[in-house]
Amino acid sequence: MAKTPTPAELLPGLSYKPPEKGWMDVKPDFRPGTYCNPAAPKWMEWINYPYPAARSIPEDNWELPKDWKEIVLQGMEDRLQRFRSLKVFFDICVRCGACADKCHFFLGTGDPKNMPVLRAELLRSVYRRYFKTIGRVLGEIAGARDLTEDVIKEWFFYLYQCTICRRCSLFCPYGIDMAEMTLLGRELLASVGLNIDWAMASVAQCYDKGSHIGAPPQAFKDMVDFLAEENERITGINTMPSINRKGAEVLFVMPSGDYFADPGTFTMMGYMLLFEHIGLDYTLSTYAAEGGNFGWFISHEMGKRLNAKIYAEAKRLGVKWILGGECGHMWRVCNQYMSTWWGPVDFLEKPVSPITGTKFENASVHKMVHISEFTADLIHHNKLNLDPQRNAHIKLTFHDSCNTARGMGILEEPRYIINNVLPEGNFVEMPPNTIREKAFCCGSSSGINANENMELRMQGGFPRANAVRFVHEKYGVNHLGCICALDRATLPTLLEYWVPQVEITGISELVGNALIFPDELERTTDLRDRDLVGFGELAEEAGEEEE
Amino acid sequence: MQIATLLSQKKAAILGRWLSMIYESYPPETAIFLRKEKNRFDNPAGYRISEGLEGLYGTLLQEMERDQVMACLDEIIRIRALQNFTPSQALAFIFLLKIVIRQELAEEIQKENLAAEILDLESRIDGLALLGFDVYTKRREKIYEIKANEAKRRVSGLMRKTGLTEDGLL
Ligand code: SF4
Ligand code: SF4
Repeated sequence: MAKTPTPAELLPGLSYKPPEKGWMDVKPDFRPGTYCNPAAPKWMEWINYPYPAARSIPEDNWELPKDWKEIVLQGMEDRLQRFRSLKVFFDICVRCGACADKCHFFLGTGDPKNMPVLRAELLRSVYRRYFKTIGRVLGEIAGARDLTEDVIKEWFFYLYQCTICRRCSLFCPYGIDMAEMTLLGRELLASVGLNIDWAMASVAQCYDKGSHIGAPPQAFKDMVDFLAEENERITGINTMPSINRKGAEVLFVMPSGDYFADPGTFTMMGYMLLFEHIGLDYTLSTYAAEGGNFGWFISHEMGKRLNAKIYAEAKRLGVKWILGGECGHMWRVCNQYMSTWWGPVDFLEKPVSPITGTKFENASVHKMVHISEFTADLIHHNKLNLDPQRNAHIKLTFHDSCNTARGMGILEEPRYIINNVLPEGNFVEMPPNTIREKAFCCGSSSGINANENMELRMQGGFPRANAVRFVHEKYGVNHLGCICALDRATLPTLLEYWVPQVEITGISELVGNALIFPDELERTTDLRDRDLVGFGELAEEAGEEEE
Repeated sequence: MQIATLLSQKKAAILGRWLSMIYESYPPETAIFLRKEKNRFDNPAGYRISEGLEGLYGTLLQEMERDQVMACLDEIIRIRALQNFTPSQALAFIFLLKIVIRQELAEEIQKENLAAEILDLESRIDGLALLGFDVYTKRREKIYEIKANEAKRRVSGLMRKTGLTEDGLL
């Protein structure tokens, strides 16, 4: 029997000084809410992924294949040969600690193993043990350790507490890319059957049915029809797009979140209004109906398998080039991997805006343009008739999505659009150490936005929400803008916990609100049916009062 | 009256020590960081926890609306309700203030015979802790609520299309 503890005795750091344990000896605490469930076997079977089994994290036995160790070490060796970067990242870190406090998961959880330098050490220690003479000889003294099942479990825990956001790399004097290491580590886990259910289910459904959510082509068409009807109801403008039309100039590919889930749906309505406004010759595809790519969160190979649909469809439909919607990781995959995977892309032309004649030189290899680049160019050439007053009810701040901002350098385009579709003074930036290249991640990206992982996500997104709260309290910001579908799916939840007064919006939604059509209905609401400020009855009443 | 004056005078020392004890409930590397980094955006947890503590301390110095007290508690508890703590560990920080006050005011308590006042003060700290339970429970409920809401939002466009809302037909 023990005495009832005092409050101080309940807290480990206060009651006793825990013995100085090396990080290798501290085991992860798989607390519900902080990890994703392992993938159900059926999803893995659907896409022929190895070693499907019904696994449970709290169980000791993770049903690893008999020769799991050989598989992992062989996989590591293969990757060290294939990716020179990996070897460099393993060897070059001087443990200066510049990255240590830059990860949102460290800031939110307070768990030192979420310091990027330690996250990398999880893999690096095994590399040292098996691939470096010094580690082979000296073992732990040289920071090396045996590959055991516990190490695998630790990888599973911490590699899925990294959103591949690359914020840490920005602060590393050597540019060591933790994201790359996390991805390769996840591949090694997948090679012995360890995947997360949320990502795997999305991948399997996308592979089999066409979108992460598993809706068939008919449902996609139904939703597009519905959103076009909504546009017509609100603006009086017919924005119904063609689907699977051969010979269109442009194939438009968007993430499925944009046509299934609010508030993405309003962004989708915005795209459709924009294209109607400029008379773009475009089509959608039921085969390439998913721009997002959860496959990339699992392995490069799976990323490639899902991505195949986009070029295949562009080729079949005979379009000239591809335009992509507001999505972060989709954009990173398309921009950074697509032409390496499939190139040269000689069946498409260098993208040229049919409205302004601008040649998108940056897209000349992979032939795909981001909607923010496209829209900013239209505004720059004065091709859009905009009334920013229609967004007067929106006081906005902008979240730079890691993949578009830090990954691809799309920093100015969304801001340029925002400044043109909002009344002056309605756009406020968050503090500089939380935006642009230094943006804090949403905390839910890279396939970990599972419901069962909520506590972890709320911790990871805390630094982002903390900055949002600041501009909300100081400037009355009521909307957080973004150009990423995962953000639109997960930031509403994050803010519901931390700053419930602020809503999420895509940038194309704001464009859609502001567009003026010659033969439109009198606009009294925005695309979400919310009253506009200073329009319709309210404006008339105000006018009468003045008289 | 006397104790209130002492609390104001020794505010910096008491708050500093209290904060320090909370930081020590984190792993050593984390505690160092929480203490060291002063930028409120680079160290959100450190900033919000210290703000919350200051607010709570204020509730002992002057009367405040219940909502304000709850808000100060929430500032800290909503962080700790997510982190790797049991409920008792998440809330233990409130009681720590008693230890800090007894340590910081040890001399005065003896010399000036403040036993009765201290008892009253400690009782109010217990009150804070009890309110802390309410806040903690609300935060845990909130997690379930946001999970449910997110699940609905995933197909919310589809639901609007079919004319369905969570409560039935539109
Ligand atoms: S890539 Fe992002 S999530 Fe991963 S360790 Fe670096 S900062 Fe953290
Ligand atoms: S900043 Fe770079 S070199 Fe320094 S510890 Fe981090 S990964 Fe290693």
